[in-house]
Amino acid sequence: MRVVWRVAVSVFRESVRDKVLYNLVFFAILLIAASALIGQLSAGQELKIIKDLGLAAMSIFGLFIAVFIGIGLVFKEVERRSIYSLLAKPITRTQFILGKYAGLVLTLAVNLGIMVAAFYAVLAWLDATTPAVLKRAWEAPALDPAMLTAVALVFVQLMVITAVALLFSTFSSPLLSAALTFGVFLAGHFSADLRDLEQAVQSPVITGVTRALYYLLPNLAAFDVKARVVHGDPVLWTDVGLAVGYGVLYIGALLTAAVWIFSRRDFK
Amino acid sequence: MQTAIETFDLTKDYRVGFWRSHPYRALDQLTLSVSPGEVFGFLGPNGAGKTTTLKLLMQLVHPTSGHATILGRPAGEVAVKRRIGFLPENPYFYDHLTAEELLVYFAGLFGEHGAAARARVARLLDLVGIGAERRLQLRKYSKGMVQRVGLAQALVNDPEVIFLDEPMSGLDPLGRRDVRTLVLSLRDEGRTVFFSSHILADAEALCSRVAVLAKGRLVASGRLDEMLAFRVQGREIVAEGVSDQALARLRPRARRAQPLGPGRYAFEFDEAVAPEAIVGEVVAAGARLVSLNPVRESLEDFFVKQVARAEGAPRAV
Repeated sequence: MRVVWRVAVSVFRESVRDKVLYNLVFFAILLIAASALIGQLSAGQELKIIKDLGLAAMSIFGLFIAVFIGIGLVFKEVERRSIYSLLAKPITRTQFILGKYAGLVLTLAVNLGIMVAAFYAVLAWLDATTPAVLKRAWEAPALDPAMLTAVALVFVQLMVITAVALLFSTFSSPLLSAALTFGVFLAGHFSADLRDLEQAVQSPVITGVTRALYYLLPNLAAFDVKARVVHGDPVLWTDVGLAVGYGVLYIGALLTAAVWIFSRRDFK
Repeated sequence: MQTAIETFDLTKDYRVGFWRSHPYRALDQLTLSVSPGEVFGFLGPNGAGKTTTLKLLMQLVHPTSGHATILGRPAGEVAVKRRIGFLPENPYFYDHLTAEELLVYFAGLFGEHGAAARARVARLLDLVGIGAERRLQLRKYSKGMVQRVGLAQALVNDPEVIFLDEPMSGLDPLGRRDVRTLVLSLRDEGRTVFFSSHILADAEALCSRVAVLAKGRLVASGRLDEMLAFRVQGREIVAEGVSDQALARLRPRARRAQPLGPGRYAFEFDEAVAPEAIVGEVVAAGARLVSLNPVRESLEDFFVKQVARAEGAPRAV
């Protein structure tokens, strides 16, 4: 566990020095600028738009971080041969993979934490500057704690995507890994449509393929409660629990596959 | 006595070709054993299988057949890795880290941390000659400096067995001398050093035993003095005051007669010519004997001969 943690901290340090975290400044400025602008343009709707925009931006920025760091995590080590001296140290290949994953999740957590802070700062500013009479029209309070549930599920979703990127990174080039991971992300959001497609077509072959894809691809829609939260609709804890449980199982399967592939690799 | 390193029929095939359909034997049934405290030279031309062997010993690649042990345990076990150090060929380290940070990170993987780890790292960097630049990111290092950091990281756990893959590569003459001194001091401390090289002068200066590899096969191995001692190829006499008549008499019998100065010559005679007869002849011709030395086969001669023989043979598979 100690070794995994040390590898994770090393990944985190690399991310910080690669200046990935600095995209957050951009994010914060974008969010603040957008909210100020929207505040002037859309009377009465600004809170909803800021929440929508903020949560979506967290999801997208997090996706970029997960993919662009995740795809290089293992590949870079092998390509540059830094793995040679590392694996000669008392560390197993399993610990290496888990450490890399934990490091990226740590990077994501810090990124997301800062994004949430910026997001709530903008909401607090809006809350403070909006007259009480206008607030009555809001479907949910500006600083609604339920948004943290949505953020937590965004985080779990990003953890799944990170594991996907890491899995691809163990055997393919960064470009292919990026394409595949984005593909999984997109398809994962529309996996329910695969079910519908299965019912719409008659061909047993297509039915078989779509059913296989439906079970194979992560159902990322399960982690998306942004719309419900923005509109002040309740999010059931059972749904959250099921989504988190599903995410954990899916991540476990992906990491197991990544370790399995990585353990069999020869580093020529 | 337990061996430090042992390989048993260690074989590695790589699949090559577009469909990875053709096997290519990088290492063919390598069996060798290295005793504790030895400096063992692993020699061979480029592509002989030296790096493949080291990678097999580090379990960076998996053997096709055969196996290897280090300190009596299977190579690749975490318990073994705690007791060994490894410098890869042309090493690369995380270039966003400083030399200090890299070594502290690696020390941490051995469970060393805090002030003790930092003190050890500082000592190691002193040892390999990295000064104030230890606080610079490795991306700013020259090749030779990275090599020095590589040596330091191979010693971060105070290892019993040290594997060095082409340790002199990228080093200037001063750096090479430093590495030689370092290897000798490791030997004096009783550690086992296994190093691969194609620079034979290094092996001659450092190794007690060597193995020569060519085309993935072991073509010779043994103690350096035993391998070369019995191969006295002739004798060289240096004489001065050699007159033209003496030269005319000695030259036809010598394999080589090289003028070294006015009246001073070096003659090389075949092993079959008795040294006493040569000395007598030189003295009788009125010349003065300066020295008489056996001409031994150098490691380079031996190496070239062995490798040429192996190169003539087809590679396995």
